[in-house]
Amino acid sequence: MELTVGRTLVAGRAVGPALVLAEPLSLWGGLDPATGRVIDARHPQLGARVTGRVLVMPTGRGSSSSSSVLAEAIRAGTAPAAIVLGEPDAILVLGAVVARELYGRTCPVVAVDASALAGLPDARELEVEAGPDRAILRPASGPLGD
Amino acid sequence: MSEPALTDDERAMLAGDRGPAARTAMRILLQVAAALDAPRFVEISAAHVDGCLYHGPAGLDFAERLAAEGAAVAVPTTLNVGALDLLHPGLVRTDPDTAAAARRLMELYEAMGCRPTWTCAPYQLPEARPGPGQQVAWAESNAIVFANSVLGARTERYGDFLDICAAITGRAPFVGLHTDEGRRAGLVLRLEGVPRRLLDEDACYPVLGHVVGREAGTRVPAIVGLPPGTSEDRLKALGAAAASSGAVAMFHAVGVTPEAPTLEAATGGRAVPEVAVTADVLRAAREELTTTDRTELAAVAVGTPHASAAELDRLARLLSGARVAVEFYVHTSRAVLREAERRGTARALAAAGVQVVTDTCTYLTPIIRNPDGAVMTDSAKWAWYAPGNLGVEVVFGSLEECVRSALLGRVWRDEGLWS
Repeated sequence: MELTVGRTLVAGRAVGPALVLAEPLSLWGGLDPATGRVIDARHPQLGARVTGRVLVMPTGRGSSSSSSVLAEAIRAGTAPAAIVLGEPDAILVLGAVVARELYGRTCPVVAVDASALAGLPDARELEVEAGPDRAILRPASGPLGD
Repeated sequence: MSEPALTDDERAMLAGDRGPAARTAMRILLQVAAALDAPRFVEISAAHVDGCLYHGPAGLDFAERLAAEGAAVAVPTTLNVGALDLLHPGLVRTDPDTAAAARRLMELYEAMGCRPTWTCAPYQLPEARPGPGQQVAWAESNAIVFANSVLGARTERYGDFLDICAAITGRAPFVGLHTDEGRRAGLVLRLEGVPRRLLDEDACYPVLGHVVGREAGTRVPAIVGLPPGTSEDRLKALGAAAASSGAVAMFHAVGVTPEAPTLEAATGGRAVPEVAVTADVLRAAREELTTTDRTELAAVAVGTPHASAAELDRLARLLSGARVAVEFYVHTSRAVLREAERRGTARALAAAGVQVVTDTCTYLTPIIRNPDGAVMTDSAKWAWYAPGNLGVEVVFGSLEECVRSALLGRVWRDEGLWS
């Protein structure tokens, strides 16, 4: 992949292997903040661990209590390193913003075009740099990069 | 990120002129508004807050922080359910530490000036019903869809954290359902060949709502074919289901809801995709809401969202003095329970062996003692969330089916209704 430019929803910088979700995930009822694992029995990636990953999904889904679950995962250290969405999602932004207010920990959230989202390869080490003007995604230099 | 335009008052709040809590709340709102590309904020005149339901330490830390900063709500604010039934202690069987944290969270929100209404159906409280066109910030998915669709008030989908920030500042980002454009239908769902006798059944509405949520996702749907004068209780059940299987925050029912006197009014005259909803579609949706063929009945749970006084009366009539053979719960608000006590309905329910649950709901918190067997419900929302939350098997049925099953002690369903 080449460099992808998107919109910063929550600023910050993070590196981690991508976890590309095949379907949207409601974090409330879908993510266990104690373990960082997907627990939605209807989700194709049931059991996957989001901790430290760059979580890529087309949209948020479901309950507004997902803000609490993301903040709780950030507090507990089980959250994704960053979140990449196909469209802005206020509920996830809110969880990341509140966790930064409370705990000073940053989970950057960015939005990219649907076509760019589709081009993000699962498991590839990604660097997310969400600045005030724009967000940049690029393959991280490292054993998995090229 | 583009920052929204701020008024002098809003700038003053950001600067801390109204205290540290308003500054924190405004700072959070500003970041969310920027992410949503909101051009400005809108003043709200009321709020409904669901941050009082305990999900873990982060939510409690947030409330403690706001309370320590001296937070006070700036507009009349009602509270959604918590994780405890404060009127019936002992019903919720949770560990003491979690119970203490859940109670502390409820107390903190009350201390910020929110009214301890503890209900997911604030629209049943006459003094908390916003009027047409009124800008509010409501949380709780079923309350949001009811406020927008049935009352014609204007709220986006708010939830934990943002709800209380809006209540403290009296502001919400001016986007989506707060605007005229955001309220137009993007999808038409047309009832075709659905028999009138089915439309005359309460159970038709949660099932239809399940279909609406599945089809609409995050769009505003316009439903064509509902009978004029469809009751608020039926619209409540429809909306709650649509906000569970989908992320529906508003629907139009043409000829029924206030912003849809005609289909053209609902769509703004635009051409939008159309989907037919037939009796077959409804039958299939009814089956989807049931997860088991088991007929051993463990418990019955009705009143999700919280039952109205009319629904409690109907439950008491259906029981007509007989005694249930299994655990039977009905969820309602304190205010509606007081009304039911005045009318004598509460006593009739108790005599029939029905446990009234207030302040919370059985799908959110451990109340059901014996989950071995099917749990029956007349709520599509309960049927949607309970299997994941509680690990129970669920059978969806009408209130009549629930009551008859509870009297028999095994699952009984009237297939004739749907054939």
